[in-house]
Amino acid sequence: MRKGEAVFLKKYLAPLLFAGFLLVSRLGPIPAGIAMGNIFFRFLRDMVLFLPLLFLLIGLFDVWVPRAKIERHIGAGAGWPGMIWVILMATLQGGPLYASFPIAALLWKKGCSARNIFVYLGAFSALKIPMLAFEIGFLGLKFSLLRTAFSLPVFIFIGFLLAGWVRNRGFSVNESP
Amino acid sequence: MMSISVMTVIVLVLSFLADRRKTWAGTERGVRLFLGILPTLLTMLILVSVFLYLVPEPVLSGWLGRETGWTGIAVAAGLGSIALIPGFIAFPLGALLVRSGVSWQAMAVFITTLMMVGILTLPLEARYFGWRVSLLRNFLSLCGAIVIGLLMGVFL
Repeated sequence: MRKGEAVFLKKYLAPLLFAGFLLVSRLGPIPAGIAMGNIFFRFLRDMVLFLPLLFLLIGLFDVWVPRAKIERHIGAGAGWPGMIWVILMATLQGGPLYASFPIAALLWKKGCSARNIFVYLGAFSALKIPMLAFEIGFLGLKFSLLRTAFSLPVFIFIGFLLAGWVRNRGFSVNESP
Repeated sequence: MMSISVMTVIVLVLSFLADRRKTWAGTERGVRLFLGILPTLLTMLILVSVFLYLVPEPVLSGWLGRETGWTGIAVAAGLGSIALIPGFIAFPLGALLVRSGVSWQAMAVFITTLMMVGILTLPLEARYFGWRVSLLRNFLSLCGAIVIGLLMGVFL
């Protein structure tokens, strides 16, 4: 077996096994397998078919938004303008929360304030502009707008609380954990 | 879903008129992202399908439905805090859950805690910020996420 095939098999192991199981269920017939297959195909039809469109949007967004230009502004100020820049930067980045920790360490090195570091973590976790189309597609415009509108003040508030707590406690971000 | 399709087409046409090469690069990137997430997404759909077969809608709404109140919120917050699910998977999963009898409020709490609280990544977070700050940040985020979810439940 060639390497490409092995990687493909490993990635699609569960779908392939499931496909085999569905096939056997049809032939068997195994009612449980047929019922699971019906649920699966209903979801597949409703969700996966329009997914490529969403990813197209995200890809185009990636190409058009000058992320590097925004990142250059970070560390320029520790006050309110700095906060707006970190929020903007965080919402344009992708990835799980733990991907933000090394970037936070970098921001700290560049002179970002503790408050803005925490606001950055909050924005990174809760708001993602490229994901917004995704969220709207699956959960609706109302849900997405409500979540964005409530999250923004909440994570800024948490940033203030944490910054207040770490003051005089010798806080620093470990740059090489 | 319809509006997203229309929007994508409009954006695609505008982008193409503005810059052909950039549009091509963006399309390629989008396709690559989609192919990258596809196996995980299919696996998630399979797991949900099997799960929903074993746990029928009435049972699921008994745990996380509209009538469960604080217990449902607590279950949703607990699951969301522990689970490590990327947004690409979490949003479709949320949509599936709502269709299967989970209340909007419980789903909102699940999504917000999922995004803002990371119990499994705490050891990693602590290496950057220290244990006390990391624990406090996660605790505050948990409270914040529950507040956001509850507020959203009022409007949804």
